[in-house]
Amino acid sequence: MSEIVLETRNVTRDYHAGGGLFSKAKTIRALKGIDLTLEKGKTLAIVGESGCGKSTLARILTLIDAPTSGELLIDGQKVDIAKDGLTRDMRQKVQIIFQNPYGSLNPRQKIGDVLGEPLLLNTKLSANERRDRAMQMLVKVGLGPEHYNRYPHMLSGGQRQRIAIARALMLNPSLLVLDEPVSALDLSVQAQILNLLKDLQDEFNLTYVFISHDLSVVKYFADDVMVMYFGEVVEYGSRETVFANPQHSYTKTLFAATPNASVDAIKARLARKRAAA
Amino acid sequence: MALLTIKNLTVSFDTSTGPFMAVKGIDLAIEKREVLAIVGESGSGKSVAMLAVMGLLPNTATVTADVMEFEGINLLTQTPSQRREIIGRDIAMIFQEPIASLNPCFSVGFQLMETLRQHTSLSASERETRAVELLTLVGIPDPKARLNAYPHQMSGGQCQRVMIAIAISCNPKLLIADEPTTALDVTIQKQILDLLMRLQAEHGMGLIMITHDMGVVAETADRVIVQYKGQKMEEADVLTLFENPASNYTRALLSALPENAVGDRLPTVADFMAKQNAEAMQ
Repeated sequence: MSEIVLETRNVTRDYHAGGGLFSKAKTIRALKGIDLTLEKGKTLAIVGESGCGKSTLARILTLIDAPTSGELLIDGQKVDIAKDGLTRDMRQKVQIIFQNPYGSLNPRQKIGDVLGEPLLLNTKLSANERRDRAMQMLVKVGLGPEHYNRYPHMLSGGQRQRIAIARALMLNPSLLVLDEPVSALDLSVQAQILNLLKDLQDEFNLTYVFISHDLSVVKYFADDVMVMYFGEVVEYGSRETVFANPQHSYTKTLFAATPNASVDAIKARLARKRAAA
Repeated sequence: MALLTIKNLTVSFDTSTGPFMAVKGIDLAIEKREVLAIVGESGSGKSVAMLAVMGLLPNTATVTADVMEFEGINLLTQTPSQRREIIGRDIAMIFQEPIASLNPCFSVGFQLMETLRQHTSLSASERETRAVELLTLVGIPDPKARLNAYPHQMSGGQCQRVMIAIAISCNPKLLIADEPTTALDVTIQKQILDLLMRLQAEHGMGLIMITHDMGVVAETADRVIVQYKGQKMEEADVLTLFENPASNYTRALLSALPENAVGDRLPTVADFMAKQNAEAMQ
């Protein structure tokens, strides 16, 4: 069996809300015991509706938040940021790409500086070396050295998402969390970005956690699929098993809600419409 | 007679580098009780064309057309106040971002009744009854109490329902939905699309769906117009479009759907067009 990059054991997370002068404090359990393991070079898709805890889980995996209880292991090493804090090495291991490429880049920072900053903060490379690395990375994600001195507003949405991917890869992370990376993009640009992510995965043997609510993308992209519903894992398995034989009622609802662009489905809908008229 | 007829519509924007043509000669017609989908990538001018119909474009835009008629009324020669008589009453529009298109400072009931005050002769109490009726129609639980709720107290799906309620409040003949579900989850998307299709059938409205999602097109449309860089690439009924697309661009768009993926990589529209151009050169 190949190396396991990410493992969580019974991870929970509570949020405390309210508790003012007249109201009692409430505790909301956003994650109710998540277990998962992910091998190197694989993609795990996390699916669920808004409010089901997938972003909370992403925050824990990317070491932004500490879990309330449970264990998180990255590269076989136990990580507990609540107790031990966050080391520089840990920070380099996990990177995240956000949904909205318009919001996740600083409009006043040049692309070159966007890419150079992780190196500046985390390594002892000289300015020239940082510049060379950034140039190489721009080419890797399908842009050119001419983009080095541009600002984010000069780029299209797809190009900006490429920059966000490049920034995440600057420190050679072992795990990449993709939080709905293509849902803000057009169909044709979406295809380009998904291809790029696959190319990069093959080249660097990257491990992805892919958060999405678009099942057609998940079916194309993921190796394993995890379906979450109100903080619980209701379905977890390989892509083939989950898609062929969904067990939980929520997964079935999700499949039924996904638009079907096949010719047979259109014929069936038109027939229903004629019958109703 | 067609509900809305547009012939040779062009829209250009004045920019610092000269005029930019966003829409280059679009023909369009929609019948009563028809669902027309306009598909295209961002920047293809699909929203701009519909905003031109609504008269919602900024001053920097120049709109020209040979014909732009709604039920035989020429929209081009109308004064703004004449157009406001039609807009909101006979033609209504739903926008992409439900939370951004409601005013955060007023309750949803106020915003719903504002349209009724503007376009109908109902009294205040009749307006309130109608507002409750509309919220019930779009499936908001406890509608009477919800009239006093503010947009931030509702979820995205509920805000979109309120937007739909406002749009259908005066029984429009034509409803334009500009990417109504792009900002929503799949399960909520399904509910909103079902709601729109139900209202369309019940009220016999014409419905124009602007979208970039081929799945949404397959689920809703009778007829489809595919637009690319301000030009119409193809117009066909929905089955023909998916079964036997005529234009190369439509074929490229369909092959970029993840569920149609063959092998390990997705064919992209750019690759497809480049290949087409190379073949045309030979």
